[in-house]
Amino acid sequence: MPLDSVNPLLEIRDLSKHFGHNEVLKGISATVQAGEVVCIIGPSGSGKSTLLRCINFLERPTGGEIYLDGVRVGMKQHKGQHVAITPRELARQRSAIGMVFQTFNLFPHMTVLQNIIEAPVRVRGHSAQAAKASARDLLAKVNLSEKADAYPRQLSGGQQQRVAIARALAMGPRLLLFDEPTSALDPETVGEVLEVMRQLAREGLTMIVVTHEMGFARDVGDRVIFMDGGYIVEEGSPTLVLETPTHQRTRQFLARMIAG
Amino acid sequence: MTERDDVPHSWLDQVQGPGRWVARIIIAVLAAMLVHLLLTSKTIQWPVVWQYFSSKLIIEGAERTVELTVLAMAIGITIGITLALMRLSRSLLIREAAGLYIWFFRGTPLLVQVVFWFNLSSFIQVIGIGIPFGPTFVSANVNNLVTPFVAALLGLGLNEGAYMSEVVRAGILSVDTGQAEASLALGMSESLTMRRVVFPQAMRVIIPPTGNQAIGMLKSSSLVSVTALPELLYSAQSIYARTFQTIPLLIVASLWYLILTTVLTIGQYYIERYFGRGSSKQRLPPTLIEGLQAPLRRLMSFGDRHAT
Repeated sequence: MPLDSVNPLLEIRDLSKHFGHNEVLKGISATVQAGEVVCIIGPSGSGKSTLLRCINFLERPTGGEIYLDGVRVGMKQHKGQHVAITPRELARQRSAIGMVFQTFNLFPHMTVLQNIIEAPVRVRGHSAQAAKASARDLLAKVNLSEKADAYPRQLSGGQQQRVAIARALAMGPRLLLFDEPTSALDPETVGEVLEVMRQLAREGLTMIVVTHEMGFARDVGDRVIFMDGGYIVEEGSPTLVLETPTHQRTRQFLARMIAG
Repeated sequence: MTERDDVPHSWLDQVQGPGRWVARIIIAVLAAMLVHLLLTSKTIQWPVVWQYFSSKLIIEGAERTVELTVLAMAIGITIGITLALMRLSRSLLIREAAGLYIWFFRGTPLLVQVVFWFNLSSFIQVIGIGIPFGPTFVSANVNNLVTPFVAALLGLGLNEGAYMSEVVRAGILSVDTGQAEASLALGMSESLTMRRVVFPQAMRVIIPPTGNQAIGMLKSSSLVSVTALPELLYSAQSIYARTFQTIPLLIVASLWYLILTTVLTIGQYYIERYFGRGSSKQRLPPTLIEGLQAPLRRLMSFGDRHAT
């Protein structure tokens, strides 16, 4: 057994989240190893996105624990009690976890280059010059070098999402979360975004991807998690979960995906 | 590009044939009647208007009005931003405190507030820095501290803060929550997120009503004439109180208010243009000059078309 499977990069223990009386997550436990690509699939309302948003505390979990590199995320022990960490500490933890959103959420009042250097300059304290140099490298990587001075609204959806990926990468994250990154895209631009994500996976970046792209999950995912009703129903290698699912609910979901 | 394609056209543009010409003639006749009235009226006395238009007293009054407007708007915007952030706070006490301020200052007449601040010294004689209900370290006489000008600023500025807070709050609420989430997810603090991401986008919604407020302030600053502060209107009043040339001097004051409003309107256009960057596929909306070129060109070609 390799050493890093003893110390996972991310560990989630018995995570729950309620919105009022609505239980969205009902005790989720999972681990992610460094360099792993984990794809989360499941019907809408199954809690996939909420799980992702709990990992970087955009949603505060109701119960359970999250550890990144062995360090508790969002909470700490204080005089024997679990208390929330300070906003400053939370911001530092978040800077190590990148996130790519379904609707890109690029800052519309900034150019592409400004979008990418904003956090490195303001949060990490990098010089604008150094940040711009690495931003241009990242833009080259997502094939958008010529768009550095464009505003987000002048770009197609696929181009915007690639900029959003570059923006997240600029912080040098340990872990990158993707929340249905291709769901808001025109079909013809889905491929270019998936191609960038494939490349990141090849480079060994640790990624958790909530997706409806079964092809991507099968080809790129090291592991697939199927969620339904706030639980993890089934998880394992893509072949196992996608081709020989053991649970009735997984089979029904996959049948619907193929039919749709 | 000759037409702005982002502006919806009015159904009036669809009126064709004789209807168009009837409308044009009616407007032309009404305009001619107005000009005739303005030029021939005995009450207006244009020579008197021109005599006082650039007189020392009026110019000084206009300067004081500009001063009051700029400073009171600065106070109002500062208080407005603070109150808006307070109203969006998670703390009930902070939210309610801001609500109470807004309720009070919007709920009482501005004129009463101005008179109140002018008479502040009759409520509080001495103001000082010290421990509440305990010893005082530094103190000043309110009568010396709150001059008529300071009273006017307090009256106009504190009242404006209540209105501006709602303008600012509407602006902040107009920004998609995904913007703040993206910023927080990058590790930006809440205050950086507000300053760098949310607020610059809120400005697009904040600027137009703020322009309205500034123009309103320009004219409501004339309310402080009741405290004998020599701003534009009071200066005009003090002249016609001696000469009984009431209408000409009110026209002098109004002309100055119109000029100042025009300046503010142009300023607003350019501020909007700046904060509108990135908001459309086109890089920036046209400058005023560029915007006027297209209609002017059409007006020129109008003659040509009829000549051929």
